[in-house]
Amino acid sequence: MRVLMFGWEFPPHITGGLGTACFGLTKGIAKHNVDVIFVVPKAYGDEDGSSIRLVAAENIDVSHTSMQLEEFWKHIQYLEISSNIVPYVDPEEFKKIIDSSDLESTETSSFTSRKKFKFTGKYGPNLMSEVTRYAIIAATLASENHFDVIHAHDWLTYPAGIAAKMVSGKPLVIHVHATEFDRSGENVNQSVYDIERRGMEVADKIITVSNYTRNIVITRYGIPEDKVITVHNGVDFSNHQDDIDSERGVDEQVVTFLGRVTFQKGPDYFVEAANKVIKKHPNVRFVMAGSGDMLNRMIRRVAKLGIAHKFHFTGFLKGQDVHQMFALSDVYVMPSVSEPFGISPLEAMRSNVPVIISKQSGVSEVLKYAIKVDFWDVDALADSIYGLLNYKALANFFIEHGQDEVNNLKWDNAAKQVIDVYNSVL
Amino acid sequence: MKTICFYFQVHQPYRLRRYRFFDIGKNHNYFDDFANRSIMRKVAEKCYLPTNKLMLDLINEYGYRFKISYSISGTALDQFEQYAPDVLDSFRKLAETGCVEFLAETHSHSLSALKNKDEFYRQIESQTKRLEELVGYKPKTFRNTELIYSDEIGAMVADLGYKAMLTEGAKHILGWKSSNFLYANAINPKLKLLLKNFRLSDDIAFRFSNRDWSEWPLTTEKFVHWLNNIDPKEEIVNLFMDYETFGEHQWAETGIFDFMRALPGRVFSSSNFEFLTPSEAADKHQPIALLHVPYPISWADEERDLTAWLGNELQDEAFNHLYSLSDKIDKLNDADLKRDWLYLQTSDHFYYMCTKWFSDGDVHKYFNPYDSPYEAFINFMNVLSDFTIRLKSKILELNYFANTKVDMEEIDILIQLYKQKMLELVKIKGGEIINGNGNGFAKNAEEVSEVKKTKPKTGTKTKQSKKLTSEKPKVVSKEKTTSVKVSASKVKSIKAKSGTETTKPKAPKTVKKTSTSKVESKSKATKGVVKKSASKTKKAK
Repeated sequence: MRVLMFGWEFPPHITGGLGTACFGLTKGIAKHNVDVIFVVPKAYGDEDGSSIRLVAAENIDVSHTSMQLEEFWKHIQYLEISSNIVPYVDPEEFKKIIDSSDLESTETSSFTSRKKFKFTGKYGPNLMSEVTRYAIIAATLASENHFDVIHAHDWLTYPAGIAAKMVSGKPLVIHVHATEFDRSGENVNQSVYDIERRGMEVADKIITVSNYTRNIVITRYGIPEDKVITVHNGVDFSNHQDDIDSERGVDEQVVTFLGRVTFQKGPDYFVEAANKVIKKHPNVRFVMAGSGDMLNRMIRRVAKLGIAHKFHFTGFLKGQDVHQMFALSDVYVMPSVSEPFGISPLEAMRSNVPVIISKQSGVSEVLKYAIKVDFWDVDALADSIYGLLNYKALANFFIEHGQDEVNNLKWDNAAKQVIDVYNSVL
Repeated sequence: MKTICFYFQVHQPYRLRRYRFFDIGKNHNYFDDFANRSIMRKVAEKCYLPTNKLMLDLINEYGYRFKISYSISGTALDQFEQYAPDVLDSFRKLAETGCVEFLAETHSHSLSALKNKDEFYRQIESQTKRLEELVGYKPKTFRNTELIYSDEIGAMVADLGYKAMLTEGAKHILGWKSSNFLYANAINPKLKLLLKNFRLSDDIAFRFSNRDWSEWPLTTEKFVHWLNNIDPKEEIVNLFMDYETFGEHQWAETGIFDFMRALPGRVFSSSNFEFLTPSEAADKHQPIALLHVPYPISWADEERDLTAWLGNELQDEAFNHLYSLSDKIDKLNDADLKRDWLYLQTSDHFYYMCTKWFSDGDVHKYFNPYDSPYEAFINFMNVLSDFTIRLKSKILELNYFANTKVDMEEIDILIQLYKQKMLELVKIKGGEIINGNGNGFAKNAEEVSEVKKTKPKTGTKTKQSKKLTSEKPKVVSKEKTTSVKVSASKVKSIKAKSGTETTKPKAPKTVKKTSTSKVESKSKATKGVVKKSASKTKKAK
């Protein structure tokens, strides 16, 4: 079996988790004798191509036939947006992308006059036009390559998937890592929503990363239930470092929130719960690691509650600092209001940190050794934090069983299910 | 003639309410009265009342030929008295027929047999007393919580003078042997054992309405046919099940009541079986062998062991913590504490913490008021934390008045305790002192104590705490109410003072900090803060 897969990024050139997820999945699929042609807008040449054939869209000649598809895409051409529209991406990175000047010099000349397109492969302000051009290349690729199934990851590549399907007539599977509702709450970007819905309608099967997301696809996009299948993400810890210097400078126990400080991640519930815990149990410190549009509000709230001496903000963390933060933590909290999957609790568990996650997260569907609360239930959240800090048996129970649990969430299993989906559309 | 022995388990736990950690030390009401009442009423209407009536009808119809037995836990008896006296009446009527035996068990349906012999005995005594009081029956046969049994437990029961005991016919214990005989305890052979025939019992209790079961639907014809099919030498079939099987686990619509109504008639007409109560059965038949049970068995799950209640880290921790308090409980004679201690021992609390149902069946989930075993654990531990605090302070009080040695740390606990009590009392008294606001009062109360402390400036930590000890008795020895009055009047005077002195908002704030942290611990930090606050107040001046 051969799969034509459309992604937007591939390690090591990633800005978020989408590339990592695609990488894990393709590695898993390749193990089962499935060939993958993975298309990204721009290849840098140092990607890990051990298990796949990586194709850079910018190296593809656009053939005449696909040029005619231009008409089809007219209604979404040149939509310029600059909101945070990709899954897993952190705001700092995004801001950097927007700010960098080389982005502005992206090749923007009309694509009808050229035979090759240039891509940045980033999430810049010209994203929409890149998405469109990417789709046209996809059509070319589809006509020139031999394959059985088309697989497109997230809305950026849906147009490419649709184009490839129209040219080749092969079945299309789209993979929903996040929806516009996860990214923007109720203030959806209409053009993104339209692309998403069109992709879902044209697709033969839809894979969602959780039942939580599946539900959104069914109810918010009006897709028939039997067309949507959940395949939970795996996680790959092959690069995990265990020898982290975790000597802490404080005596108190540490409770950590790590993620974007945005509405969707529920940082405000973390602050309120912290307040309740500190009032009763002073021997604890809370840390909010990350940044985002709600950060200032959170800092003000913490000051107003008078708990600033126990509540710390680290700003955005990455790389080694993230691991360090986990190593210093006694409890990890992810109170997300809406989370298609959520990898970070798995990383925490891997670092032997007990976790509390919201029931409104996809990852809560696969974890047993974690406390699950409704994100709005501040009392329950505070109580769980207190319980983990004070009742050692519970924390030890999670530490003991959590490692095994996350280590068993393998991409291999996810890959098998994805292949089943392929077979169902062939 | 062969024997059928029916025994029905009647049990309801006192379920805990959602007890958050911020309730610890403040709220001592642990039980969910609403849930307990409504569940009791629901089960009474669906099961206890209609089934008791059915049994009474059957007894009236067949005279002395139809006999059954019940084991009613003490917590169920207590709840009947509270919420469903009509059910008690119907049990009393059943007792009056003389065809019904009631069994002894532990009062709170507890696992005390595994941990504490004294408590085990105490609970049996209390349950049998309650049973006599409420139902008018003095039990002669024993049944332990969840049919938990081992050689040692059997021997303990025999020592109390019971002649017979019920337990599970667990496969891993019996091996090739049959449950359809009487056996005897391996340590004290005087104790006869009736073993549950789990296949025939569970056919009724669990499989009756299961349409995937190859034998569905179960008819009395079929069931009596199975009874007739047992080995001709075998003597007794023990049908043990939860009473809630009728109408609650198996709804009335499944036909379970019709089945039961028709069963005795069918047994009499087409089999060589009679109905006997457990003590009658134990008198009639002779044990054929000793039963060796070195490790405890139960009637739960596939494993028939203790893993539904004990075994995972959470259950063990909660269980051990609970029973680590038993020495202290023994010293006390406080009705409230004793009652809570009893109800906290109910095995259901540990059942809710079971993590086995992650992999197998959802039986556990069905009876569970919690979303997860973790919630169950945290909730129970929160309650237990508060209970421990109450218990310790009670003991301290006792020791204090008995002039026994009390160490410094304990004094701190006492101080906090009395502060809390004062707050409560002030609250009760109403808002005239300080807007009825507890926090406001706390602040002022602490200021009061702070004023006292700061007068003899600094000194070492030990001196300070000594000062506390010497100061405290004055308050303690007086009546609680008077102590409140004293402090209240002081509060007033303080208030008046601060009113005239055109305020220095910084000073009282820092003062508050020092006092709270001092009470919490005698860490190095305290010293620092004390110094700081002192310097700050200077600056303010």
